[in-house]
Formats: sequence, C-alpha cells, structure tokens
Amino acid sequence: MTDTIKDPGFEASAALGDAQRRIRRRYAAERRFKFFGLAAILAAVGVLVVLLFTIVSSGYPAFFQTRIALDVDLRDPTLEQADPAKANYRKIFDDALAASLPGITDTKELRELRAMVTAAAPYLIRDRVVDDPSLIGREVRMELPASDRIDQLQKGEIDRNVAPDRRIVTDNQIAWYDRLDADGRISAPFNSGLFFNADSRFPELAGLWGAIVGSFYALMVCFFLSFPIGIAAAIYLEEFAPKNRWTDLIEVNINNLAAVPSIVFGLLGLAVYIQTFGLPRSAPLVGGMTLALMALPTIIIASRAALKSVPPSVREAALGVGASHQQAVLHHVLPLAMPGMLTGAIIGLAQALGETAPLLLIGMNAFITSAPEGITAPSTALPTQIYIWADSPERGFVSRTSAAIIVLLGFLVCMNAVAIYLRKRLEVRW
Amino acid sequence: MNLQESGRDAASADAGHTAAPAALADTRTVKIECRDVNVYYGEAHALKGVDLDIYENEVTAFIGPSGCGKSTFLRCLNRMNDTIDTCRVKGSINLDGVDVYNRAVDVVQLRAKVGMVFQKPNPFPKSIYDNIAYGPRIHGQARTKADLDEIVLTSLEKAGLLDEVHDRLDQPGTGLSSGQQQRLCIARAIAVSPEVILMDEPCSALDPIATARIEELIDELRGNYTIVIVTHNMQQAARVSQRTAFFHLGNLIEVDETEQVFTSPKNEHTQGYITGRYG
Ligand SMILES: Nc1ncnc2c1ncn2[C@@H]1O[C@H](COP(=O)(O)OP(=O)(O)OP(=O)(O)O)[C@@H](O)[C@H]1O
Ligand SMILES: [Mg+2]
Repeated sequence: MTDTIKDPGFEASAALGDAQRRIRRRYAAERRFKFFGLAAILAAVGVLVVLLFTIVSSGYPAFFQTRIALDVDLRDPTLEQADPAKANYRKIFDDALAASLPGITDTKELRELRAMVTAAAPYLIRDRVVDDPSLIGREVRMELPASDRIDQLQKGEIDRNVAPDRRIVTDNQIAWYDRLDADGRISAPFNSGLFFNADSRFPELAGLWGAIVGSFYALMVCFFLSFPIGIAAAIYLEEFAPKNRWTDLIEVNINNLAAVPSIVFGLLGLAVYIQTFGLPRSAPLVGGMTLALMALPTIIIASRAALKSVPPSVREAALGVGASHQQAVLHHVLPLAMPGMLTGAIIGLAQALGETAPLLLIGMNAFITSAPEGITAPSTALPTQIYIWADSPERGFVSRTSAAIIVLLGFLVCMNAVAIYLRKRLEVRW
Repeated sequence: MNLQESGRDAASADAGHTAAPAALADTRTVKIECRDVNVYYGEAHALKGVDLDIYENEVTAFIGPSGCGKSTFLRCLNRMNDTIDTCRVKGSINLDGVDVYNRAVDVVQLRAKVGMVFQKPNPFPKSIYDNIAYGPRIHGQARTKADLDEIVLTSLEKAGLLDEVHDRLDQPGTGLSSGQQQRLCIARAIAVSPEVILMDEPCSALDPIATARIEELIDELRGNYTIVIVTHNMQQAARVSQRTAFFHLGNLIEVDETEQVFTSPKNEHTQGYITGRYG
C-alpha cells in the first residue's frame, strides 16, 4: 500500500528534478550563447577603436601647420604695380628673414636659415602680392609655412638631445627657432591648406584639394554611368526577362563580377579605355568609367533585391485594375523599390570612392600639383593620394597620410549617412 | 444549347443527362462560357476539362477543398495566370462570345472589363483617392478632374465606404481597417466600370461584421455586375450566390442553382463537402 503511494511520488519528483535540470541547462546555454555574441561584438568594436585611435593620433598633427611670421618689406624698387609678378622675390624673402633674425651673414648659415621656411616661400609672397597689388610699398607681416623639419620640431617630433648629426635640424636652427618663438613669430593655426591646396613636393604645402576634386569627378562619372545602367538592367532582369538558361547565366555572371578583384577592372580600363579608345591617362573620366564597371554588379544586385522585396500583392493589385506590366512596374513597384535602389547605389559609390588598385593602373597616381579642370584633365583621387603620400620619404607626409585617411573616412561616413537619410526619407511607411 | 451544357454535371457527364430547368434558364444570358478548360503548372495538371457557364448579373460561388483549383480557375477568367511563367491554359473561355485567350484580345482591356478583388486587402500605398483614381486614370476614363472626382465618389458610394472616409480621401489607404481596406479594393475594382468582378476569398481576412458588410455589398452589386466569388465558407456561398460550383482535385464536380447544391447535391463528393465530412 505504502509502496504504491510512494512509487508514483518518487517518479514524479524524479521527473520534476529532470525538468528543472533541463531548464537550468537551457538557461546556461542561452547565457553562453549571449556571451559569445557579446564577445564577438566587443572584439569587433575593440579592433575598430584601436584602428581609429592609431589613425587619429598619428593624423591629427597634420591638421595644424607651423607658421613663421616674417616682416616682408614690399618697398623694393623692383616691384611695380603694373607687373607685380616680375620682381626678385628671392631677395625680398632673404631680406625679410635677415630682418627677423639680424646678425647672420655667413652664407652657409644663411642657407640653414632659409631652410627653416618652406622652399616655396618666395612664390607664396609673390602670389600674395599678385592677388593684392595694393600691398606694394608697405611692410607686411606674412605668416609663411615653416619647412617640414621646423614643423616637426614645433610638434615635438624631434628630440633635441640627440646628437646633431642624427637629427634633421641643426643646432643653429634650434637656437633660431627658440629666438623666433620668443619673439612670438611662431604659430600653429589650423591647416586649411590640407583641404584647399593641391599636392606638392613639400609636405608643408601639400593638400588634398586635387584629390578631392578628382575623386568627385570620378564618382560623378561613375554614378551617371552605373546608376541608370544598373537600374535598367535590374528592372529588366527582375521584371521582364524570360526565365531561361540565358538569364540564369547572366545572373550568375553578375554575381561573379561582384567578386572579381578590383585590379582586374583596372587592367580592363587600361586595355580598353586607354589603349583601345585612346582616352587620356590619369583622367577622372577613365577612372569613373573603370569604377562604374565595379559598381555595376553591386548596384544591380542591390536593386534586384529591392525589387524582389516589394510585396507581390502590389503588383497583383495594379494588374488587377488593368495596368499593363510596365505600368505596374513603373507606377507601383519602382517607387517602393527606389529607396533600396538608391541605398545600393550609394553603397556602391562609397566602395568606388575607396577603391585604389584600378586607379593606380590607369595612372591616377601621377604627381599633379593643381586640381583638375575637367573630367579629362590628369588628376589623382583620394585613395591614390594616400598611396602617393604613404610612399613619400619626408617626415611630414607620415601624419598627412593618416590625415588623408581620416578625410577619406569622413567622406565615406557622410555618404553612408546620406544613404540612411534617403532610405528613411523615401521609405513609404504606410 | 449552352443552356443545356450549363446544367451539366461534370461527374455524371453522360451526354443525355441534362438537368437545367428550361424555363428558368431562358431568362438569363451567359456572360462567360468556359469549355474544356485545362490548366497546367509545368507538369502538374491543376484543372481538368472544366465546362462552366457564368450568368450575367448573378453571383456564382466556387467552393471546394483547398488546392482543388478554385483560384486557378478564377485567375483564368481575367488572365491573371499570365504572370506565372509555368502556367499554361488550354480550352476556351468566351467572354461575351470572344475567347479571352485569343491573341487579338488585349489583356489590359480584358482586366478593365473583368476586375478582381484579392484574398488579402491590397490597397496601394497611396491615398484613398489615388487608390481609386488610378484605374480610371490609366484607362483614360476621366477627361477632367471633376469627372475623376465623380468616379471616385460614386465608386466609394457603391462600395459603401463613402460615409466612413469622405473626410479623409487624402489619407493613406493602408491606414484603414482591413474590412474598410477590402471595401476600398472593391471600390477600386468598380471604378474602372468592369462588367465582371472576380473575388478570391474576399472575406477570409475579415471579422464577421466586416464580412456581413461585404456580403451585403455583393448582393447590391449583383444588379449591375456579374460576380464570381471563391469562398471556403459554406454559409457565405449559400447566402450570397445564386449558383454554386463545386471543385474537387481539379475537376468541376457539380454546378447548379445554389439552393439545389446545398439541399440536394447530386454528387456524393459535394454532399460530403457541404456537410463537412471533409475539406
Ligand atoms: N503558381 C503556382 N505554381 C505551381 N502550382 C500552383 C501554383 N498555384 C497553384 N498551384 C497548384 O495548383 C493547384 C490548385 O491551386 P489553387 O490555388 O487554384 O487552389 P485553391 O482551390 O484556390 O486552394 P485554396 O482554397 O487553398 O486557395 C494546387 O495543387 C496548387 O498547388
Ligand atoms: Mg485560392
């Protein structure tokens, strides 16, 4: 009797224990799963933070440029209002230097002194005067960019205690720098030249303007080629093409095209656009056309996905009231797919903006000291400019390379922000 | 001759066996005449030799277990099946004596004449006004803005929706309740002045009150339109339709006056289905 009562009770409690154990195990598994996910995210964020930190910390000095204020005497008799470009600016510059640091006469010392200011200083003075001839006949204080070595000294990149033959600034230059500093002639304002100057051999003058304009032109060409072609192709493939072996083949090839290494597109651009069609080398036109080849698969794939995600009920509704297939697509499917298509296009363009290898092959890594005047003028682009600077020996280009990367990342972030904004704006939420 | 055919019971298809009461049939005209309609999805034979007449200004209900081909047949009538690549239709479907699958027939014109209401309410993501104005616009049925306004308002009126939405025609159609959305879809179908309206389970997503509202509407519309409705609800078929067609496994088993089908079905399958033995 007791047995029969006890037995089921025992079994029940055993079953209960079993169930509890199963529940506990399930909770543990859930916790583990969450932990792994969190760990993966943290690792990714950590790597990103380290990357950003190194780039920003090595790049931010380039956003400031040391300048030396000199009193430039423009009362020189060789200066004429009529033709301000024709004067001995080298002498004017030397005189201004001598006036700021009197008592230096030795030619070797004078050469050391001159090397403290950018080598282009006479031209900078000339440009100022040409821009504003009313300066002639006055003494003007000009803040000229210091040469790279003084810039490095000012930024504390050079150890004064190292033996003179092992550092790039001489003892004399350090002493003069301290004198100028004491006179209040040294300053380090924001380096607007980084954005508004074109490339230069001298890091203190080098800027990204040429690369930004070049990239802009190339992206415009890329957009106006790849967006209409990509969208038309996507609409045709998704909505109108018969489903047969040919369209399957095309689809597979488009998907494969998205995975082709970019340098191959560069070779194609070089062989077809430049060698066969004879388009100019280094031009944003060719760069844009090459990038368009790369962006096309991305845009087509994204656009097809956007078209596919439009609910079939919308199509049916349109057909049901007697819209033709084309009307149904144009009036109803396309507006709903547009945000996704635009997002795809902008992502494709953002990829194209950062693409380097194909541009190297078509010669957009040339050394060009002015911004391109049009899409056929030789030019660089942002990524190739980074490549050029990273390859340059001067100290100043180290931080400028990082600064250029920051600028490029900034543009990428902006483009993605625009993509998100457009998607939010255009999305039909009802 | 058609009249005889129409009464034919596909299951007991011996030629001499005709059941249509001649007196009744005389007063009605056949709107759609289907002969030996076969539909294939690739290799699958979805509809097998369907012969059916649909009469003008009547509600014809299609009933039958799931997958028996009701929607398939319905979608043949306005060639919505054209959008399915694998679908092939054989046989003849004559609307007012013209085969809708004839090459000369423009499918856009056909669908303007044979409107459709779907199972799930599917208003366009546009305003209520634009939902209804879209059809007349693309068919050029309104010359002026005033004409269009007129069409929109009368369509809403006929669909019994005007009172509920007259002050928010510029609001999104998707913002309505699903019963209202379905009536909006009916209004949209009416707006292009069709002659036939096909409805594929129009009430399956609606609550009983909205359903009753739509059934009433169907009854009112019957005077001006020929209506074909697919439904899984036996009571609904009994309430709204004058004729009922029972499909089973791709065959049209029985078609007759609704009363006849529901009170004394000739076929045992029909009997089993309407009494709920399977389905
Ligand atoms: N697009 C399609 N491709 C292939 N087969 C299909 C397609 N649509 C329907 N079928 C097949 O055709 C047959 C009939 O389908 P249909 O949709 O007409 O059934 P139904 O009677 O409307 O069913 P339900 O009551 O569930 O809506 C089914 O066997 C179905 O699997
Ligand atoms: Mg169905």
